[in-house]
Amino acid sequence: MAQYQNLFTRVQVRGPVYAGVPMTGSNWTRSGKPYFLHFFGVLGDAQVGPIYLGATGVASLICGFIAFEIIGLNMWASVNWDPVQFLRQLPWLALEPPAPGTGLRLPPLNEGGWWLMAGFFLTASILLWWVRIYRRARSLGMGTHVAWAFAAAIWLYLVLGFIRPLLMGSWSEAVPFGIFPHLDWTAAFSIRYGNLFYNPFHMLSIVFLYGSTLLFAMHGATVLAISRFGAERELEQIVHRGTAFERGTLFWRWTMGFAATAESIHRWAWWFAVLCPLTGGIGILLTGTVVDNWYLWGVKHGIAPTYPPVWGPVVDPSLVPGAPR
Amino acid sequence: MNHGIRLAFGLLGIVAAVLVTIVVLLSFDRPPITAVQRGFRGVGMEQVYNPREVATYLAANQPPELIPSLGDDGPRASEIYENVQVLGHLSEGEFTRAMLAMTAWVAPEQGCTYCHNPENMASEELYTYKVARRMIQMTQHINADYQPHVAETGVTCHTCHRGQPVPEYIWFNEPPASNAAGMLQVSSGQNKATPLVNNSSLPSDPLTPYFEGAHSIRVQGDTALPTSNRHSIKEAEWTYALMVHFSQALGVNCTFCHNSRNFGDWSQSSPQRVSAWHGIGMTRDINQNYLKPLQDVFPDYRLGPTGDVAKVNCSTCHQGVYKPLFGVSMLADYPEFRGPERQATPASAATPAPVLVPAPLLIVPVPAPLLIVPAPGVGPTPTTPPQ
Repeated sequence: MAQYQNLFTRVQVRGPVYAGVPMTGSNWTRSGKPYFLHFFGVLGDAQVGPIYLGATGVASLICGFIAFEIIGLNMWASVNWDPVQFLRQLPWLALEPPAPGTGLRLPPLNEGGWWLMAGFFLTASILLWWVRIYRRARSLGMGTHVAWAFAAAIWLYLVLGFIRPLLMGSWSEAVPFGIFPHLDWTAAFSIRYGNLFYNPFHMLSIVFLYGSTLLFAMHGATVLAISRFGAERELEQIVHRGTAFERGTLFWRWTMGFAATAESIHRWAWWFAVLCPLTGGIGILLTGTVVDNWYLWGVKHGIAPTYPPVWGPVVDPSLVPGAPR
Repeated sequence: MNHGIRLAFGLLGIVAAVLVTIVVLLSFDRPPITAVQRGFRGVGMEQVYNPREVATYLAANQPPELIPSLGDDGPRASEIYENVQVLGHLSEGEFTRAMLAMTAWVAPEQGCTYCHNPENMASEELYTYKVARRMIQMTQHINADYQPHVAETGVTCHTCHRGQPVPEYIWFNEPPASNAAGMLQVSSGQNKATPLVNNSSLPSDPLTPYFEGAHSIRVQGDTALPTSNRHSIKEAEWTYALMVHFSQALGVNCTFCHNSRNFGDWSQSSPQRVSAWHGIGMTRDINQNYLKPLQDVFPDYRLGPTGDVAKVNCSTCHQGVYKPLFGVSMLADYPEFRGPERQATPASAATPAPVLVPAPLLIVPVPAPLLIVPAPGVGPTPTTPPQ
């Protein structure tokens, strides 16, 4: 007989397919006949569908598809429409923002215009998806926590690709669409602005990023460890402190003197996750607009230590009198 | 259906695992890797190298056999031979030796007739004759005027040629992107994997603006708050690409020259950065004043895809090593390449050639790095990989 294991389990709980609570106040209905998929059951719930598309969902998918096509076709054109080279070089290919000389003007399509258009449709797609998430939550009578967490990520995305370029007066300051290109851009961004690691908001963002993984690991591990007492039924545990979460609380209290509760641990996790892009976005927004060299800013404010010289004075040779230019 | 899907996902997982393994094996050097501390402790200024590649690099960078000197007595070459313009001050014996050396360094298989018409050795009819003369002048110019870069070690023909008529590491302007993009985006000169930039997606030809032209390399500002630094992130990518070329050409990390906490700060950089700065000027000078004027001398098959002359970059001399030939000075043995004015300097006054890595070091587990000396008084040397 299949046995329930709390790290990797082969047990899949299946009832009859379930269409969900009745829809109210919408012109759309949920579509698709629900069915079970074993693999989805390995990852999560085995039931697939029905899905609610809705006006914003359909519009978001269309906009996302347009952006995807603009990016992909421009990448493909850059290898002369060669399908083999397209696949081979795909991680290197990109749709680049306009050149610095363009400023905030609308460039011709082949000189960055496609980048602007792809950015417009991708942004439209993301914002429409946000509206969809907000509305779905409302119609189910839920809070809108998911939508606001998503909004934090959208904030970082908009700062990088839209708000900061506007403040800098040039589209060229934005991120290219591409796998390796956006990573190289990130490194160049840090180099140009004097080492992002001295940016305190970047520091905060890293704290919340790593903090999120730590909290997620602590919470996930705790719940799995007490699942034998029914801890996976978290909602009941929040309201009725039963054996399971009581033990988890005792474990942490006895281990480190303080414990979150079944409810507050999710508040911790939500805020850490949300603050990661929120603080990161602030850090990006200040870069180049308010601070030009984060290392020198760090020196000015006493956060960058000095080290003893190792080689004796090394001076800029272009400043030596009579230096060749 | 579910069994089919399970099987499909299982197979997919195996294929993915194999692919990941292949990429990991091809992308990374297996441990142990040797790291040599150079800067102050804690700042991460370390030179990292793979000890298993040391023997290969050493073997590939041995100086050629020395041709014995034939004495400085007797009449000058210019009195005996016709049309000797740059080495005429040598004795006949030294002149002949220089010719033999150049043949061994540049055209060992082709011999004298690679440059000379055997019927008339003074004839300038072969293009190689004219190029060779200009290259001797260039070598003398480098040794005389770029002391901050080449020091007393200097360069000879062999530094670049290594027994080949055309040095292995030369470069041409990148031809404009071949894609007839039309309405779709035109190439911005980046986002393709090229070895010059270590297969990154950085601009693939940073040499044209910086080594043929004299575009400013510095992009960082020197004030904390914005003042007048208008350099863009895209410019930083071009600078970054050039720096990757430095790293590739010399077989060193960024921290060979820079403290990565603030790349632009000279006071935290190593003295090698000053050498490199003079090297940039030297490279521009060679390309502009020695190679480009030879454009019309070279036959078409020696020119690049856009019809441009072959040019030099850091790799042309360095060939993956932080000092060409690991710092062995061939110039000390062939002082005629110092140029007529400086040849009077006795060879013994020049810095003796550094000793090559002693052979035993190649077999001990933690060899001294290839002549890269750790900074003095900065703690234990060489560091082994962290325990």
